[in-house]
Amino acid sequence: MELKLTLNGRPVTDHIDPGLLLIDFLRNHGCYSVKRGCETSGCGLCTVLMDGRPILSCSMLAARAAGHSIHTLEGLQEEAADFAGFIADQGADQCGFCNPGFVMNTIALLRENPDPTDDEIRMFLAGNLCRCSGYDGQLRGIRNYLESRRKEHRA
Amino acid sequence: MINIQNYVQAESLEEAYQLNQKKSGRIIGGMLWMKMARNTVGTAIDLCRLGLDAIEETEEEFSIGAMVALRQLETHPGLNAYTCGAAARAVQDIIGVQFRNMATVGGSIWGRFGFSDVLTLFLAMDSYVELYKGGIIPLEIFAAMKQDNDILVRILVRKKPGLFTYQAMRIQRTDFPVLTCALSQVEGEYRAVIGARPGRAMVIRDKRELLKDGITEDSARAFAAYTAESVPTGSNVRGSAAYRTHLVNVLAKRSALELGGMQKWN
Amino acid sequence: MEQKEYKSINKPVRKKDAMQLLLGRPVYTDDITPGNALVVKLLRSPHANAVIQEINTSTALKVPGVAAVYTWEDVPKTRFAIAGQTYPEPSPYDRLILDRHVRFVGDPVAIIAAETEKAALRAMKMIKVKYQILEPVLDFCKAKDNPILVHPEEDWFPPCQVGGDPKRNLVASEVNSDGDVEAVLSDCDIVLDRTYHTKAFNQAMMETFRTYTELDRYGRLHVISSTQIVFHCRRILSRALGIPKSRIRVEKPRIGGGFGAKQTAVCEVYPAFVTLKTGRPAKLIYTREESQIAGSPRHEMEIRIRLGAGRDGHIRCVDLYTLSNTGAYGEHGPTTVGLSGHKAIPLYTGGLEAYRFSYDVVYTNLQAAGAYRGYGATQGIFALESIVNELAEQLGMDPTVIRDKNMVKEGMKMPSYYNETANACALDRCMEHCRQMFHWDEKYPVRDMGNGKVRTAGVAMAMQGSCISHVDVGSATIKLGEDGTYNLIIGAADMGTGCDTILAQMAAECLDCSVDDIAVFGADTDASPYDSGSYASSTTYITGKAVEKACAELKERICSIAAEMLGCAASEMVFEGRQVRRIGTEETVSLTDIGYKSQVFNTQAAEATASHSSPVSPPPYMVGMVEIELDKETGLVTILDYMAVVDCGIPINPALARIQTEGGIVQGIGHTLMEDVRYDHNGKPIGSSFMQYKIPTRLDMGKLHVEFEHSYEPTGPFGAKSIGEIVINTPAPALAHAIYRATGVWHRELPITPEKIALSLSGKEGKNS
Repeated sequence: MELKLTLNGRPVTDHIDPGLLLIDFLRNHGCYSVKRGCETSGCGLCTVLMDGRPILSCSMLAARAAGHSIHTLEGLQEEAADFAGFIADQGADQCGFCNPGFVMNTIALLRENPDPTDDEIRMFLAGNLCRCSGYDGQLRGIRNYLESRRKEHRA
Repeated sequence: MINIQNYVQAESLEEAYQLNQKKSGRIIGGMLWMKMARNTVGTAIDLCRLGLDAIEETEEEFSIGAMVALRQLETHPGLNAYTCGAAARAVQDIIGVQFRNMATVGGSIWGRFGFSDVLTLFLAMDSYVELYKGGIIPLEIFAAMKQDNDILVRILVRKKPGLFTYQAMRIQRTDFPVLTCALSQVEGEYRAVIGARPGRAMVIRDKRELLKDGITEDSARAFAAYTAESVPTGSNVRGSAAYRTHLVNVLAKRSALELGGMQKWN
Repeated sequence: MEQKEYKSINKPVRKKDAMQLLLGRPVYTDDITPGNALVVKLLRSPHANAVIQEINTSTALKVPGVAAVYTWEDVPKTRFAIAGQTYPEPSPYDRLILDRHVRFVGDPVAIIAAETEKAALRAMKMIKVKYQILEPVLDFCKAKDNPILVHPEEDWFPPCQVGGDPKRNLVASEVNSDGDVEAVLSDCDIVLDRTYHTKAFNQAMMETFRTYTELDRYGRLHVISSTQIVFHCRRILSRALGIPKSRIRVEKPRIGGGFGAKQTAVCEVYPAFVTLKTGRPAKLIYTREESQIAGSPRHEMEIRIRLGAGRDGHIRCVDLYTLSNTGAYGEHGPTTVGLSGHKAIPLYTGGLEAYRFSYDVVYTNLQAAGAYRGYGATQGIFALESIVNELAEQLGMDPTVIRDKNMVKEGMKMPSYYNETANACALDRCMEHCRQMFHWDEKYPVRDMGNGKVRTAGVAMAMQGSCISHVDVGSATIKLGEDGTYNLIIGAADMGTGCDTILAQMAAECLDCSVDDIAVFGADTDASPYDSGSYASSTTYITGKAVEKACAELKERICSIAAEMLGCAASEMVFEGRQVRRIGTEETVSLTDIGYKSQVFNTQAAEATASHSSPVSPPPYMVGMVEIELDKETGLVTILDYMAVVDCGIPINPALARIQTEGGIVQGIGHTLMEDVRYDHNGKPIGSSFMQYKIPTRLDMGKLHVEFEHSYEPTGPFGAKSIGEIVINTPAPALAHAIYRATGVWHRELPITPEKIALSLSGKEGKNS
């Protein structure tokens, strides 16, 4: 079947199998940041934004994205780089395999709630598993980013 | 993983209904559960274009479209005001925000899953399902029915004045619950709903009127014991029947105390 | 304590690959290898113990898009081991690529290669197999001398003598001791005799096992794999496939986590076999389910300890016996078990008069175990730290004070640790530091919070090694570029730990340049100098020292080239980072000029390679304290605070050392409270997905606090010891301790679930103490 959607701001048209999952569609279109971690909708590695909302691309039919706007990390490099450096300074990137999903959901969090508390950060990112970092470094990174942004605003 | 041969975004409920009459037709909700099945679906029927993704609130009721995402339940101010926050509490530990942006109320209720936090929550309210052919029927009756080829269109909740609590036990914070417990007092009627027994959620009414004279430590304990007696539990990978029955006692008592304003547990 | 002012060492330098990873660039196996490779899938046994009587692949081969289907009849008949260990491996050669005898649910039965995943899966369903189903050995306590043999074959081969005997289901067996155990025990005021049981746990790294293979432009087998062990992998493939090592090249791109799982060549042989047979590129990506049921989880162990002590809390004797379950194949079986004693008992070297450590490692018809961070020490430390806590509670002593009395201290010789001396040991300072920062005296008492909830705390110590002494080899090549920057080429595998960066920090320190001036490459058997690989906590300690040596050699060569340029003796030259200076004349030659000179009419390579190995394996030490809130009605344990103080010598990169610690603690919390690799009564795995096998989320771990106590290890690079593994060892005993404090019940089996806690309190399960 034919699928038309907007991928990272650009219109894309393709012929797809009706059962194709969005994650596979995205990887086929060069969005290698999108990772598969579990196959049971529970790890958050495949998080992308559909019309700005974070979703699991491993659990959505590509066909369902017809007419919608999908953003992967490939399309949000600048917004991500804004705070990713703070995660890097903590060394919390570690193996990196969960990073794209974590970064995408953090983008969603910060768009929805620009000044979250630690508990709000933990709750919003609870669906993003990480086996390396122990999570605290990710939290410190986000907190340092928020702090630096606050200082910028004050200045 | 599931094999899908054809995908249709239905233009009308009638079209969806017709497609669903074939054995190989399947209505898709969030698809999170269905995706893991290993069978073949002839036509996956998507209701996404039928405007069923909104929660409408009037003086009398909430009308919740089948395609409303769990995240919408979590963040809806009116629904959470009415349920004393129980709606948010029931869903906020389900996997993660991304999952809850996809999982639909319709899919959760239609599936009548044993582990369902959502079914537990709605059974505590004066809830109805609107079926395309079957009309409006009480959720409690629907929950006991077998799956057929009808279409769940909406969940309706009558806004009768009430108090609600929701508690669940999870081994890991975003895991399936070992047990769920919703307690409500709607127009004077107390009902406890116990889910993840691990069977489908069950409604236990205060037939013995244990709470009639008010909630105290003693009456809460008695009501919890009565609930535990009335609810059959079973064993699965998350817990044994003995532990579940133990939890029914604990969560029902705590819920009653919370409902009575004597303790805050969440 | 020696500690110099460094420019790059002991600095929280950003990982070299950090922004690439955080911005989602394509750097992993599946991202960088072609999508049109043959998709490889494995048909797996549904039986725990069976012999294939008939296997018919003719219908499967007719499925459109299927390129090949292979069965046991098609593969070489040479047995091998897939453990990533130095030759001769202690692990027995007990595998074939496909065996007629399948030994666990998930053991491969056939290899399918097809143009698409769909075709491969369709073909898989078409393979007809007739099994002769045999009774399995599922209980590891009954495996030894069981009449049912997991490995009855005659060609079972042990490259090392480790006490194994397949006719007894034994992979390894040993006893070693120091002093007269029975005499000391009979003289002790108090002897505790306890048995502890730790389960198999999955590493659950986010990137599952995966390998891509192709024939390169010379017709050699080129393997791109998510592996910690490129050189061992090459050797394993060479033996399994029967081709010379010169025909194989193994490289690893970025790895999405390993934790030891990828110290075993779990999946490499299958696509490699397909590529050799078909000549075509092939790719095998394990599903999460396959990673869960046919990976290389931690060895399940039952550990019995007899602990003898004086009434004053003086620990005099440890008698420790470990029974280890290696599963269907013996990978890492003979070695992991050793750490359950040798990396636990030395913690109490203080006043220990005698110890005995004995073990058996047995086969069962369950998933084969492998290497997992901690590697046996985790299991042993859970048992030993728990029994010491039991002793303290029984004697009414503060458990931190009983440790003050008995712990190993700097300068002590450790008889249970191969008589090595603790050259650098700040364990006593770790304890004091942790006690203060954590506010142990306030948190240890049980406090009733109302609503059935209590708060209290638990404690544990840990140790590990920094390499496999007398075995591990690390190497590094450092090359001067013509602009005065360097290439550092290694065979160690950064799997997210940051070793590329840490080694670059060391090179930068040695060469007096910025870390940015060091480009790191690894690991590739064609290009890298030999390295045993990244495991056994060895990369910082062993490969780091190789980097130091290589840099020293390169500096000499640079001076020598510069001397030639100035027409003087190399001994007159001093290396000064960006330049080389001639003593006396004060003439200088810039590094850039030396770099260019090295490419013109030059006979001295502007590069150096050095290897390092160590006769000792200096232990890092650690103290962990946890404060919990326990709900006595539901049994739920909520972690409030976890405080850890680690002595890893001098941390080369404190930020990365801290993250290692935090990550290890959270994994340990998972093992203690929720994780469990389970099977049904037929040996079928139960927790085969992340829906059942739950790992901690960021809501399950409380607040972490990590601090370091420095010591200076004289044999390590810049005083460093290891950090990677030790960090997983304290949560289980510390949590079990806190749970005892809260409930009065000792839980000696992991995981300690809310159900076990609640039912032990409501009297529905036999009391445990």
